[in-house]
Amino acid sequence: MFDLDRWREIFQSIQKNKLRSVMSGFTVAFAILLFTLLFGIVSGLSNSFKSAFKDDAQNFMKIRSWKTSKPYKGLQTGRKIRLSNNEYNYVTTEYDKKIQFQSARINKNLTIKYKNNADRYGVIGVHPEHQFLEKTIIDEGRFLNEIDLKEHQKVIVIGRLLKKDLFGEKIALGKRLNVSGSSFLIVGVFSDDGGDREERVAYVPITTIQKMYGNNDYVSQIILGFNPDLNTDEAIAFGNKLEKDLRNKMSVHPNDQSALSVRNMAKANQKVNSFMFVLYLIVIVVGSGTLVAGIIGISNIMIFVIKERTKEFGIRKALGATPKSIVAMVVQESVLITTLAGYLGLSLGTFILTQIGDSLEDYFIKDPSVSPVIVFGATVVLIFSGLIAGYIPAKKAANIKPIEALRAD
Amino acid sequence: MIRIENLHKSYPIGKDSLHVLKGLDLHIKEGEFVSIMGSSGSGKSTLLNIVGLLDSHDEGKYYLNGELIENLNEKKAALLRNKFLGFVFQSFNLISYKTALENVALPLTYKGVARKERLKIAQEYLEKVELGPWANHLPNELSGGQKQRVAIARALVTNPKVVLADEPTGALDSTTTDNVMDLLRDINNEGMTVFVITHEEEVAEQTKRVVRLKDGVIISDELTNTTKAI
Repeated sequence: MFDLDRWREIFQSIQKNKLRSVMSGFTVAFAILLFTLLFGIVSGLSNSFKSAFKDDAQNFMKIRSWKTSKPYKGLQTGRKIRLSNNEYNYVTTEYDKKIQFQSARINKNLTIKYKNNADRYGVIGVHPEHQFLEKTIIDEGRFLNEIDLKEHQKVIVIGRLLKKDLFGEKIALGKRLNVSGSSFLIVGVFSDDGGDREERVAYVPITTIQKMYGNNDYVSQIILGFNPDLNTDEAIAFGNKLEKDLRNKMSVHPNDQSALSVRNMAKANQKVNSFMFVLYLIVIVVGSGTLVAGIIGISNIMIFVIKERTKEFGIRKALGATPKSIVAMVVQESVLITTLAGYLGLSLGTFILTQIGDSLEDYFIKDPSVSPVIVFGATVVLIFSGLIAGYIPAKKAANIKPIEALRAD
Repeated sequence: MIRIENLHKSYPIGKDSLHVLKGLDLHIKEGEFVSIMGSSGSGKSTLLNIVGLLDSHDEGKYYLNGELIENLNEKKAALLRNKFLGFVFQSFNLISYKTALENVALPLTYKGVARKERLKIAQEYLEKVELGPWANHLPNELSGGQKQRVAIARALVTNPKVVLADEPTGALDSTTTDNVMDLLRDINNEGMTVFVITHEEEVAEQTKRVVRLKDGVIISDELTNTTKAI
């Protein structure tokens, strides 16, 4: 393969015919550039989608209730449906094997005061496993535990920004806060990837809240994480069954979405996945189209080039060149140009994508990039297309009788 | 060196065919300086193409250097051309993007001679045609006569058995014509077989044997007064 003379011939041919070499190179480089950018941008979109759902656990499920919108079993519309510890325990016992984590929530909006600083914050009563469902990151101290709940402890875990509001840079852990007139001990400080809003709340034991406000066992929502061993279809089926059973248990019409519903992340995941699949399919079709257009472009140029060089081939053959040596020369030149130009397009595309980086995050394009597999695949396609684009017309030209080739102009 | 027996060649034109060579017999011995004379359409170029293995014949026998030429594929023909034949064309047929030296060295590439050696031999032959100082010029920087001398150097560089020249002076004025013919005669005097195609009487006169061709048959084959040429 490595024949110094032949490489010298090829470089001379490229150098002495700069325009046509640049033209054919440009076609390929441009096609690959477009291909790279297209792929990069879609991967950026995909990254945005993935990170949008990163905040909550992927197996997240949320049960919420409101008012009935349909009459059922002689019961009126507009009846308020309230979840309680009863339903919470029902879910625990009935679906134990299908559930990884479970927590109820009671949402309150209360004034929290420390010395002279005070403001209204979201205070949420939760179970200990809430930490894993909401992906709460403990920075200092600890999260709530079972003992806190059992003994109705007045302990509180506060968000990073809430702490900053009230304490600034000072230590908050171990201090006491005034929450709506009651004194709570800070046992932990947390942060959350879900954004600033989720770092301006505080968590307290759900039992404490229930006791403080009305001494009942109502809860606002029940959230749970389904067992990650379930596949998407099983998870969706589980969500549907849960919804049906709870509606039945609470005497709600089986199709009353307003009264009680289960929001299932598995369904959302399925939608996102199929959306991304379609998007990638489009990219593959459009991207391959671009590549094919580039390949056809270089084939056209090669046909023209070879026609232009037919006489030269005739001369070479009269001087003793075998058809094989002529085909090899042309193919090698074609492969060299396509590979170099392709890599140029690829590098330029990758460079542009790196430069874009996260600057287009507002347009849902996050960290666009192309995977090494795509790069490798595109390179193989390039070399192969250079081979074909050069081989077919060269083979034809090399088999013309020298006398006819010499007559060509 | 070249022996042709009952050679026929036709070209298809639509459904008919044009019978160009109608049974030629010709024997050219080593060291001869032969010209084929004929008007256009007489078949002389076809004859040269067949002798030069650039085209195939339909019927008859052709021996080159004692070897019967038949069923040649392109590869074999290329090897034989490279080994036995040197070409000089009317339109020079130099490769435009290569220098005079590289053009002369090209046949040696196909012979597998190393680059350094090739360029040395090519330079020797360029000096032989008195173009040593022009070695690094491109063809379009040379005059017609100079181009043809480069082409002759290229034809000689592999030290072939026969030099085939197709109207070598067709594109040249009378002074350069004489130069080129002098050069061909010098080569012949060194023992090389030279085979020239021409339609010019003055060119034919300068060779040692003139074969006249008309409508695909040989009408005369005689030795010239070679003393006059020398």
